[in-house]
Formats: sequence, C-alpha cells, structure tokens
Amino acid sequence: MNTALEYLRENRLPHIWCPGCGHGTIMGAVVRAIARLNFDKNKVVIVSGIGCSSRAPGYMDFDTLHTTHGRALAFATGIKHARPDLKVIVMTGDGDATAIGGNHFIHAARRNIGITTIVMNNNIYGMTSGQVSPMTPKGALGTTAPYGNIDRSFDLVQLAQASGATYVGRATTYHVPLLIDLIEHALQNDGFSVVEAMTPCPTYFGRKNKMGGAVELLTMLKDNAVNIKAASALSEEKLKGKFLIGEFVNKSEPEFTNEYAKMVEQVQRKFDTFQGGLRECEQNSD
Amino acid sequence: MNTAKLMQGNEACTIGALTAGLNFYAGYPITPSTEIAELCSEELPKIGGKFIQMEDEIASMAAIIGASLAGCKAMTATSGPGFSLMQENIGYAAIAEIPVVIINVQRVGPSTGMPTSPAQGDVMQARWGTHGDHPIVVLAPGNVRECFDLTIRAFNIAEKYRVPVIVLTDEVIGHMREKVVLPDISKLKIENRIRPKSKNDYKPFEGDAETLVPPMADFGTGYRYHVTGFPTNKGEIAGKQLERLLKKIERAEPELRDYFTESTDDCEILVVSFGSSAMSSLSAVRKARSQGIKVGLFRPKTIWPFPVEPLKAIAEKTTTIIVPEMNAGQLIYEIERIAGCNKHVMGIHKLNGELFKPDEIYNAIVQGARK
Repeated sequence: MNTALEYLRENRLPHIWCPGCGHGTIMGAVVRAIARLNFDKNKVVIVSGIGCSSRAPGYMDFDTLHTTHGRALAFATGIKHARPDLKVIVMTGDGDATAIGGNHFIHAARRNIGITTIVMNNNIYGMTSGQVSPMTPKGALGTTAPYGNIDRSFDLVQLAQASGATYVGRATTYHVPLLIDLIEHALQNDGFSVVEAMTPCPTYFGRKNKMGGAVELLTMLKDNAVNIKAASALSEEKLKGKFLIGEFVNKSEPEFTNEYAKMVEQVQRKFDTFQGGLRECEQNSD
Repeated sequence: MNTAKLMQGNEACTIGALTAGLNFYAGYPITPSTEIAELCSEELPKIGGKFIQMEDEIASMAAIIGASLAGCKAMTATSGPGFSLMQENIGYAAIAEIPVVIINVQRVGPSTGMPTSPAQGDVMQARWGTHGDHPIVVLAPGNVRECFDLTIRAFNIAEKYRVPVIVLTDEVIGHMREKVVLPDISKLKIENRIRPKSKNDYKPFEGDAETLVPPMADFGTGYRYHVTGFPTNKGEIAGKQLERLLKKIERAEPELRDYFTESTDDCEILVVSFGSSAMSSLSAVRKARSQGIKVGLFRPKTIWPFPVEPLKAIAEKTTTIIVPEMNAGQLIYEIERIAGCNKHVMGIHKLNGELFKPDEIYNAIVQGARK
C-alpha cells in the first residue's frame, strides 16, 4: 500500500490555508482514501475551481487542473468523457459548487458521470474574505450580510440526491475516519459521487459570527453532528439544530461514459462500412 | 477525384473538423450554429469520437478544454450569446495554451438580437472578448469551401501553436449551400501537437527556443503537472509567461497570414471585406472594373492577427479604402490604423440583418472614384 504522502507534492508544502481551517484535513482525507485504494497516481486527475478549496490540487501529485470559478465539474466532464479510464476527482467549495457552479453540479449529477466531487463546505467565501454563500446558514453574518443572512441555504445532500448522484455522503473535519471512509466509498462508485466535507473557517466565518476560534468551531461540528444510522432512533426534538452525517446514498445506476460507450458500439455495428471523415451529401436532410 | 457536392457552410465546417481529426465535441444548441452540433452528434459516435450536449456554453467551453488536456482534438460551435458566455474560459484556454477550436456563426446582436439573420458584430469580441491581454487566432471563411479549409487550418494552428482558434462565420456563410469539390484528403497536411519526449525534464511552461511553444503532455500519461502552474503573485513570473504567449503568436504571424486579393496590382480604390460581405464586395469590384474603375479587393481570411504587411503594401498605392461590414464599424479600426491618416477610409455599415447588395458597395466605389 502507498502512503498518503506519496500522493502529495511535498516541495509545495506547507499549504496556504489559515490556522484552524479544515481544508488541509480534507485534502489529507482524500489522499488517504486514494492510498487505501492504491490508485496509480498517473491515472488520477484532480480538478478544482476557484476559492480556498481549489488550491488543493496544487499540492497533490497527480495531473492537476485549477480552473475557473464554478466550472471545475464542466472541465472534469470533458476529461472524464474523453478518458473514462481516468479517476477524476473534483475538489470544490460551497460557493464554487453551489452558487456559480450550481448548474454544472446538478447536471453532472443528472448524467451520473463518473466523477467524485468533494465539496469543502465552510459556509462562507473565504478567499474573498467572508461573503455569504448559498450554504451560509440563515441568520449568520457575512461581509455581504452585515444584518444577518436572509437567504435560505441549500442542503447539499438533498440537492445531490435529488439531482441524481448515486453516492452521497457527508462528514466533518472532526469526523476524519468517517470522512476517509466516505471518500473511499465514493471513489469506488462508478457514477457521480458527492462527499460534503464540513469544515470550519475560523478566520472569516467564526470570527464574524463571534463563534470562537478553531477549537470552538470544531467542537460545534462534533456536538451538532448526528450519524444517519443513529438518527432514526432519535426524536424530532433531539434532532433539532443538528445535522446528519454518514452515507446517504450508495446505489448503482448506469454511468454516463459507459452508456456512451454502449451507444458507440451499437452505432458502429450499424455503420460498419463507415470510413471516417467524409459523409455522403444525400444523408443530410435538415 | 472527389465529386462535387451541394454543401452547407455549417456542414463544411463539421466535415473539415472531422478531417482535421476532431474527436471531441461539446456544445449547446443555438441558432444559427446548431447544425454543427447535430452533425457531430451523428458522426462522432461512428468513429468512436465523443459528443456531449452540455448544460450551457460556459460548460461547453470548459468541457472541450478538459478533453483537449486529455489528448483529444476538441471543438465547440456557437453564436453571439453563447460566444459571450464562453469568453472567460476562452481566456483560460489562451493562458493555459490549450488547443481548441470555437466556431462562431455570427448573428445580429447585441443580446438575443435577430437569431436567424447574419451579422459581423463579433469581430472585436473574437479578438478582445475575454479579459486581459491574451493571444488568439481568428479565421474568417468567405464561402462554403473555405469553411472546410479554414476549419482544418484552425485545428492545425491550434495544435501547432497551442492556442484557441476561432472560426468566425455568419448566418449566411453557415446556412448557404454551394457546390463544393473537396480536396484529396490524403494530401492535406494535418498538424498534431508536439508531445514531450521525456518525463524527467518536462517543463510545461518553457517554450521551444524558436517557436516559444512548449510540448503538451496528455493527462493520464504520467507527467502529473499542474496545468496553470503553481499559483503565484510574482510579477516577474506572470509577466514573463504572458509575454511569451503574446510573442508566440506575434512570431507566427507570417505563417498565420492568409488573404485573398483581386485586381490589387494597379488599384486606386481598395475594398477590404471579409466573410459573407466579401461575396458582395467581389461582385461589386468586378462590376466596377468592367467599367474601367481601378478598384481591387483585399479579403483577409485570417483576421486576427490581421495580415498587416500585405495590406500595407497594397494600401500604400491607393487613395481610398472602402470597408463594408455588417456591423457599425469594427474591422475598420484596424484598417485605418494600417492605412495611416493620409488615406480616405470609408466604412459601409449594415445593422439590419441583411446581406450587402453588390450595388450598395458598387455605389460606394463609384463615389470613391469621383473624389
């Protein structure tokens, strides 16, 4: 088995993330899950968008692609469709994935394309210093919500599930063993997988909301998380103010690139005389 | 020997792309470009190529960049509104040196405009649509056969110089059907990107000493590089890279140059016209010539970088330059710049979605001849 460190570009470390930020923990969980599965590092592609989350691929020793804001999944779709044999992992933030990239998120899920998406959810735009995102809780403060956020927020698990993702999990940077397990399972799913990794942002979210520092924020993640397995036995009252973690969806459904390959096979059987390139003029009847 | 075929511009672009080795298409439906997507969805599976209809044009542009990095020859096609949406990622392709081809079948804008009518309003958007300084190549076919030729050329340029290439057609060029005899495909030159030879000393951002183009490694082949380079705010690194990218295309300009001329040897009046406008311009020039007016036509097929030297050589001998464009005047800025301030440069404009009638240009030539 490879060690997790073999999957990192050690000469690029230490990373730029703030003290108390959980992004490094999430990146660690991703490489540990990959190490467990013993993936060939020449066959893994990491794609990111823009934001704190999206700096991760720079530290990871694979083919890595740092793209435009919100578009990681669209770039990743091109890569996966072109080379279905590659493991394509998208590392994205809550703003990147659900605001500017929301459209790509639901459509990648709808296609059930074999991409593993790690959403590093810190409930805030950290890179631009603390504006609210679609996953900032209602009532929370942000630099663009100085009187409190009046927007409702997404439940990413429900969004992913409703859009058609075939693997959906959620953990926090406190629940690291669970996070690694979920990512490992997600990487084993053929179709579109989403793991939401909840992580504290002490610098912008915690400070602005006077919730304390890294320790307090991590404690909050610990205290408010309820595993979905335990949740069914708990009363509604006991679940109030809590959020669920664990594995929500794990099912097998036709994956996009496999379906495409099947179609190609059928088409090629039908057009076995096709020479490539030129097509007969009379076939064109639009 | 190929037989003559009745072919549409959009179809010729698609066949050209397939001939050049297209094996990945991502796009979003938009009039008047949709036939390209439709034809690709039909043809690509037959050759094992990939087609995908994305959720929008932003995603389409992103997907072809991803596919190109994975080693494919990738293309998308669109029209004005979609072209606007693609701009951010076109900039990404320029800075990350990704070979991709974008066909923009222009229609009347701005905004929704007149989707089924031709225009040439994206000349400047094609050059400067994305933010920041960036290299780009834009080709403008003037008939159906050229849709075939220039789409192949677009792929060749994209591959050779690692640059996004835009093929700028319009609704008339795209939908017009002409008799076309395609060349012998086996004799065409098809370029493929230079791939690195050794994993040990691969420098993804260091250009070849002469061409300034770095070799490009496919994803999944063991090079494991960070495509945009490790993020830096160091001005000397960023500035040097951008300078190389701009110089790369500047140096290639003589080779990128492509234009058509008629009757320019002794012309006193010059019509500079491209795309579908140039069809009317050619007809007007011939009519005026038959009446003894010394007029010629310069039709750039590569419009960015503009073939400055060839136009300058012709323009020097003329007194008047007429620039018909189906816009309020865009390419004319470049022509004025090249011609210098002692020439009379006259624009004729169309904003109503109608093609120029040859006589509209002919009348301008006659008017120019009287001066």
